[in-house]
Amino acid sequence: MKNLHKTWFDYLLIVFFVFILIITLYPFINVLAISFNDATDTMKNINFVIPRKFTITNYKYVFEEGGIVMPLFISIAKTVIGTLLGVICTAMLAYTLSRQDFVAHKLFTMIFVVTMYVGGGMIPEYLLIMRTLHLGNNFLVYILPGLVWVYNMILVRSFIDGLPLALQEAARIDGANDFQIWYQVVMPLCTPVLATIALYYAVGQWNSFMDTYLYAKDLKTLQFKLYEIMSQATMQLDTHNVNNTNQAVTPMAIRMAVTVVATVPIIIVYPFVQKYFVGGMTLGAVKN
Amino acid sequence: MAKKGAATVQNKRKLSWDLIWKQRYLFFMSLPFVVWIIIFKYIPLWGWTMAFQEVKPATFAIPVWQREFTGLQNFMDAFKDRIFMQTMINTLGISILQIGLGTIVAILFAVFLNELVFTKFKKITQTVSYLPHFVSWVIIASLAKNIFNDGGLFDTLTHTNLHLMSTNSPLIWFVIVLIDCWKEMGWNAIIYLSAMAGIDTGLYEAAQMDGANRFQKMWHITLPGIRPTIIVLLIMSIGGALNVGMERQMLLSNPLVQDHTMVLSWFSYIRGIGSSNYGLGTAIGVFQSIVSVTLLLIANKLAGLVGEDKLI
Repeated sequence: MKNLHKTWFDYLLIVFFVFILIITLYPFINVLAISFNDATDTMKNINFVIPRKFTITNYKYVFEEGGIVMPLFISIAKTVIGTLLGVICTAMLAYTLSRQDFVAHKLFTMIFVVTMYVGGGMIPEYLLIMRTLHLGNNFLVYILPGLVWVYNMILVRSFIDGLPLALQEAARIDGANDFQIWYQVVMPLCTPVLATIALYYAVGQWNSFMDTYLYAKDLKTLQFKLYEIMSQATMQLDTHNVNNTNQAVTPMAIRMAVTVVATVPIIIVYPFVQKYFVGGMTLGAVKN
Repeated sequence: MAKKGAATVQNKRKLSWDLIWKQRYLFFMSLPFVVWIIIFKYIPLWGWTMAFQEVKPATFAIPVWQREFTGLQNFMDAFKDRIFMQTMINTLGISILQIGLGTIVAILFAVFLNELVFTKFKKITQTVSYLPHFVSWVIIASLAKNIFNDGGLFDTLTHTNLHLMSTNSPLIWFVIVLIDCWKEMGWNAIIYLSAMAGIDTGLYEAAQMDGANRFQKMWHITLPGIRPTIIVLLIMSIGGALNVGMERQMLLSNPLVQDHTMVLSWFSYIRGIGSSNYGLGTAIGVFQSIVSVTLLLIANKLAGLVGEDKLI
């Protein structure tokens, strides 16, 4: 339905979407600008998109004295480990459940799918993790409870179902066992769907906040640190002098710098995986 | 054996030790996860029994069969709670706004994006529109403070003090829902856009012949074309109406507006974990689940009654 000549409506749409782009991007650019702006200057007016008095003092303070190095490290560690383990485990499980000749295929599939519809809820899960398994303030609490997302498993399984079966047959005739078939034949073909679920796991891990809030307040992640900075409203008017400089840093400036640090990895990663996840999302929609 | 195994899909082979041994690798690769899901998802389900017992930290260690059953006492306590009514109103208010506005905004975005003929610009717009979806609620809350707080962008633009995030009234619902619409608009549009891609282009050509203009085509072809998708998503979101997450509310809240941001899951957290009344907290969760399933079934039935495709 391409029109050869463009009408006024086409140009009106451009205006509309430019407006959408502005309201989508403005909050991010605003935060970026404030984070690079002199903190005392920011107090006059916070609505700007280009730093009025450029400085990197806010970042210097945040990294040297703001105590975000350890949270940053924990966030990176849980994202990397959680994503790697999640992708491998999900792919392995999905392969076994894609095998129609596997004797437990139906039973196991049912066990997993049921959990998408019914769950114990917050309190029983909290008690299991804290009181029964004693995982409180243990790094494992970031990895174990969310190891495999059933939704992601279904995405991978549907993808494997779409692969030609002949490849697996050929490998089996060559004497490969089931593990080798998965690892050497199926896995390399699954790159697109694995990239999609890797993004989901990585974003989920990087962004998660409730797990720290509920289970591991001693293992602060970057998101939790940002939450703490936000909730310290009483600090709102304090200013800290950064050592060896006479420039001041305000809670506002600290919050903005930490917000930028927490956002940047996401902005870097998601556009690259975009072509995969759009397909993955619609596939999931059809299957559900 | 190999050929038989994979080629016959509906194989009714007898379960035998021999077969299990042959498929030992498949068991190695899946059994650990079955054990994992039983521990992390099925044991909490068993925890629902706590909703019918009095469970506090001191009595938690007592085996479930030795605890005293209190019937529906926990549910009664929850319903009689000082803030239960307000919490229920907030949850439903936010949900209804969310379902209504969220759906309309996403559909409008998708319909207009579908009409955009400048391919490159369309791509960029779509990529940018996903950005807020991938950003955490903590970051969104931090951004929102700059926009909605006193002295923020809205106040500056209107030259007044609107107190958008500090008025103790349902105004905060609108702020929360507006932020959510902004965050999820582009992402939720994906599904509508892919539904639009499935519409027969012949319909548009025929309409063109009949002299339909752009708006008529949107109204009479595009929107009816995605109606099944809209209905399915609506049924699903009505099913989740009470499951408004606690994270978003908590992060966008502050003590000034807390009366109107308290939702059921947060209430469950405060009573269950905050005041360590595990039984009461679980009861609120169970109540939420039961109402959710009921709502889902009602919405599904209604969709069937008005002649739409049902979800289940």
